[in-house]
Amino acid sequence: MATAEHAPLGRPTSLRATGRVALRQAMSRSAAWLLLAATLSGLLVLAYLAYDVIQLGGSRVFHNFPDFFTTYPSRFELRAGIRSPILGTLWVLGLTIVMTIPIAVGTAIWLEEFAPRNRLTSALRLNISNLAGVPSIIYGILGLAVFARAFGLGGTVLTGALTLSLMILPMTVIAAAEAIRQVPPSIRDASLALGATKWQTVWSHVLPGAIPGIMTGIILAVSRAAGETAALIMIGAYAFVAFDPASVNDAFTVLPIQIYEWTLRPGETFKGEAAAAIIVAMVFILSLNLMAVLIRERFRQR
Amino acid sequence: MAVQPPTPDELRQALRKRNFKHPGEKVVMVFLGSCAAVSLATTAAIIFTLAEETYYFFKEVPVQDFLFSGDEWQALQEPRTFGVWELVAGTLNVVLWSMVVALPFGLAAAIYLSEYARPGVRKILKPALEVLAGVPTVVYAFFALTFISAEIVQPLFGTQIFNALSASLIMAVMILPTIASVSEDAMANVPRELREGAYGLGATRLEVALRVVVPAALPGIAAAVLLAIARVVGETMIVAVAAGSTPSLTLNPLETIQTMTGFMLQAGTGDAARGTTDYTSLFAVGTALFLITFALNVAASFIVNRFREAYD
Repeated sequence: MATAEHAPLGRPTSLRATGRVALRQAMSRSAAWLLLAATLSGLLVLAYLAYDVIQLGGSRVFHNFPDFFTTYPSRFELRAGIRSPILGTLWVLGLTIVMTIPIAVGTAIWLEEFAPRNRLTSALRLNISNLAGVPSIIYGILGLAVFARAFGLGGTVLTGALTLSLMILPMTVIAAAEAIRQVPPSIRDASLALGATKWQTVWSHVLPGAIPGIMTGIILAVSRAAGETAALIMIGAYAFVAFDPASVNDAFTVLPIQIYEWTLRPGETFKGEAAAAIIVAMVFILSLNLMAVLIRERFRQR
Repeated sequence: MAVQPPTPDELRQALRKRNFKHPGEKVVMVFLGSCAAVSLATTAAIIFTLAEETYYFFKEVPVQDFLFSGDEWQALQEPRTFGVWELVAGTLNVVLWSMVVALPFGLAAAIYLSEYARPGVRKILKPALEVLAGVPTVVYAFFALTFISAEIVQPLFGTQIFNALSASLIMAVMILPTIASVSEDAMANVPRELREGAYGLGATRLEVALRVVVPAALPGIAAAVLLAIARVVGETMIVAVAAGSTPSLTLNPLETIQTMTGFMLQAGTGDAARGTTDYTSLFAVGTALFLITFALNVAASFIVNRFREAYD
């Protein structure tokens, strides 16, 4: 301590650093603020985005409420609504969920509980984690070539849901497998020791314990599917739809595609409509995310 | 009289009985196995479709025109030329400038979360950052075009409304959580003894972070960067809306460009007929995109696995 040597006898000595050490400590302390600012920068952009979008579209959402939700997209500003995009989103997401859950959970159960420990199984695991990294537009051209063209389904709700299912399957499987792995082995041992078969054990004891984790994974995957644009444009869902989809074989449009379409209109005209649709989409998707976080937190406390 | 131990055959039979008490369980097993097969089938289908249409593409367009001619990329109108490097340059342009922005910010966030933040702050900030990755990319695209480009980049640099910089900036926001959370995981895995050693020698918190933790976590940070690049390369909506649709062989962020994904979306909205080069070129570019993202993801997981046990 530099100060200690110079302090007169009998006075309390200070432990405060001086000189170079003080400088280094000051740098470390001020770096904390710089680093915090960098961490918050992304959130600030998001906050400004939200502010900007609400400024542009907030009034449009409530203009002649609930007209915006109940009218079809239109060439005329202020008369254009998001009825068919909302219905299309609900149709496609509903069908996607119904198709994804059994396949994803089945794959996860098989991988974690029944798969033999061999090369094929580890190749399958590797394959699933690689599929999770494939860009969504590749799933789009897969859906275009296989479902829309080769199967002849065209740009229908069914094609869209099949494509989105394949897209979110890997991330759902990974989340479900993780949740199943978290169930303690002692529960399995207890059930097997009492004479239950492997499947009885999985169905009645492992799955119930894994459900919160599986739910979280599914909700996050669905929120990703809800915001997906590129894959659905590729399968041919980029169309003017002014009717309610009534079956899985109908053409459809979804909210993100409608946002894209309005964003690309030249000039300022449809900016308000795009922003209003963004508000609706963000509220929907962020509440899905919030739901997933809440389920996870609740589950963690138990 | 001693009880006879069961013969191996009896044992096997008893076990089989136990594993399949109900005949339905066999059906269940078949169902589970076929669920798992869906993933393999997906991969097979992706590879097969890409390979098939790419084959038809190269029947029309020689490989050397695609890779080595130095032609422009003008696939959708006459005269058609297919020099893919303009699209690759467009993608590289966005990768380069988004990483220039996202890397310092992402690393700073990772350092803050792992070395500075109190547990309570960390518990709020981490999920908050994750929200950035959950925003639909078409929303980012809207913001990039109507705000970042129209209100900031265009007035400031006098560029066209469509430019690589606006797309790159908003892309940086999108990948910030990827870089931050993967690097932060790597930093959290650096053993405490290393930090304590440095603190014991009188290092400050910042010095420990920069000279001990970051170097030790370098493989994880590299993996984070590769994953983030893979996401940028595969991202479509932001570049399709904000970066333009004029392929250009440049890394200048102020130019109008087109990326590989941007072209694919443009070709896809045109409802191309099967068998035309409009349609097959979509798959040829898709194949290139698939190979690049695949290589990046494999490299990232290789690095993570290779260096995971370094301190145990």
